[in-house]
Amino acid sequence: MIFEFANPKRFMTLSGALLPWFAGAAIILLGVGLYLGLFVAPPDYQQGDTVRIMFIHVPAAWVAMMAYGLMALASLFSLVWRHPLADVAAKTAAPLGALFTTLALITGSLWGKPMWGTYWQWDGRLTSFLILLFLYLGYIALWNAIEDELRAGRAAAILALVGVVNLPIIKFSVDWWTTLHQGESIFRPDGPTISAVFIWPLFLMAFGYTALFMTLWMIRIRTEILERRARTLMLGH
Amino acid sequence: MNSVRALLFRDMRLATRAGGSAMLALAFFAAVAALVPLGVGADLKLLGRIAGGMLWVAAILAALLSLDRIFQADYEDGSLDLIALSPLSLEASAAAKIAAHWLTTGLPLTLLSPVLGLLFNLPEQGYVALIASLALGTPAASAIGAIGAGLTLAVRRGGVILPLIVLPLLAPAVIFGAGAVLSALDGLANGALWLVAAFSLAAVLLAPFAAAAAVRLNLAS
Amino acid sequence: MSELTALSTNALACTRGQKLVFRDLGFAISAGNALAVEGPNGAGKTSLLRLIAGFLAPAAGTIRLRTKSGEIEDGEERGKFIGWLGHSDGVKPQLSVFENLKFFAELYGAQSPIDPALEEVGLARLRDLPGQYLSAGQKKRLALARLKLSNRPLWLMDEPLASLDASGKKLAANLVTAHCASGGIVIAATHEPLGIECEKLALGAA
Repeated sequence: MIFEFANPKRFMTLSGALLPWFAGAAIILLGVGLYLGLFVAPPDYQQGDTVRIMFIHVPAAWVAMMAYGLMALASLFSLVWRHPLADVAAKTAAPLGALFTTLALITGSLWGKPMWGTYWQWDGRLTSFLILLFLYLGYIALWNAIEDELRAGRAAAILALVGVVNLPIIKFSVDWWTTLHQGESIFRPDGPTISAVFIWPLFLMAFGYTALFMTLWMIRIRTEILERRARTLMLGH
Repeated sequence: MNSVRALLFRDMRLATRAGGSAMLALAFFAAVAALVPLGVGADLKLLGRIAGGMLWVAAILAALLSLDRIFQADYEDGSLDLIALSPLSLEASAAAKIAAHWLTTGLPLTLLSPVLGLLFNLPEQGYVALIASLALGTPAASAIGAIGAGLTLAVRRGGVILPLIVLPLLAPAVIFGAGAVLSALDGLANGALWLVAAFSLAAVLLAPFAAAAAVRLNLAS
Repeated sequence: MSELTALSTNALACTRGQKLVFRDLGFAISAGNALAVEGPNGAGKTSLLRLIAGFLAPAAGTIRLRTKSGEIEDGEERGKFIGWLGHSDGVKPQLSVFENLKFFAELYGAQSPIDPALEEVGLARLRDLPGQYLSAGQKKRLALARLKLSNRPLWLMDEPLASLDASGKKLAANLVTAHCASGGIVIAATHEPLGIECEKLALGAA
């Protein structure tokens, strides 16, 4: 079934139809989620109102990781099945992933300030996400550095796959690292216990963010396809 | 295999002749190590504490210095075409080049490290861990660096984006390696050296495939 | 050397970047023959050689290598039959002439000794000279010696006569003739005539 969407023309038609639905879903889910999270959910007994940043931070972190996974999957399709659309999908996912990673980092930092007293704490989560951000930046830099689009796509695909294999190892090593450098209590902002009253807004936000990501992704893929078409026309083929 | 040996020795010969990269890496390593106390001050206790981490970072950067030429030199003068057509598979060629790079960069860096450890007033317990972790961990730098080198082969300023690509992937090596030194200082038996070794082994076994794929990609031009 | 019987292409098309370089190219050449590929710059002479060598994958069509034991269509497998003389000389400046040649001889598992090979191309007395001091013509001679030593049946040569003086060109022609005489195949992309009996293939704007 996936191979049907591989045809750019088909994708344009399909995504054109789906886009308003995804966008609408994003708006509704994020709206309801934010309302529940910011106004309805009670303040945490420990963190007070600042816990509400969790509703913006945690789902952003999930999407940031999901984006890399999607990027790696698209890269696999690009290398093995040689779909031109797979290249475009991977390429466009990266800046979005970087964006959500940055959002996760900033909100994580803001969340930590009341708790740690500092804007940055080298805890496991934030450190892992910082490395993830660099992985995204390296990937984007590679795409921009190679002139031939086809070759750039292949090279970036190899990098994405190497990255995705290394990601669990990086996560493991950072977690190990935090146990090594004890001392300050490492406060984990997404705490082990999340009571039910938090779960609903959290999941709504997660789905909302996902819908938002999909919307933006589809828009970027469509833009990229149109740009490539325009370029081909300009070169006179 | 004779062919593998031929490529290995040639790359080593090229790295150690005048204008080669072996001395460059050592000099850079020493220079960075000397710069650190200028930056953080001469508090010996502090230096001794950060020695493992700083020397690891300096070693990785020094190893990266010459990595972008690992394939590019042969690519530019047409030798890579000839190597690709030889009886050696691209994977075997990549493995030979990684080995040559480590022998002329990672290994000398490892051997110089205890001397630089002295400059940092590294406590006694740290030396074995420093040498062992570098010896076990620098192969990962050569291996993963080779992947980056293959990917940036035809890029004009490839040497500039190579660190950006490779350094995040080497985070585990730095974490485990420097962690091993710190653990030795604190008397912790946490198997850090095993983790370094495992990471390096995985990197060395898998990198030739990724590097060969990247080279294959760039030969098609 | 006697393993190889023929090379043929069928409806071969080549793209570089996003541009089509040539299409529908079909030719065949059998053992003991040489083919000169001619055409203006940009016609795809080098691309054709790289396609045959297996570096590039065809945009369409096939390249078939026929040997006594069967047919080979896979690019990388084909590469093991190929002796390559590329555009660039592949001579390392830090290694001596002898070391340069010895490396490739060992890499390719060549049995022949190095010094006689250097003698044959007229580089014997420059044996210990570092590569950086060689002229372009001398580097080309070294490349020819390397080609011969590689002991491969199918020679692909990109502008083999470039940088060579009159005696160098004669040397190249003799090597090609000898190679064909012993059952090899030579395909050379060239601007100037090779100076020997050979088939011709013209690429480029018709």
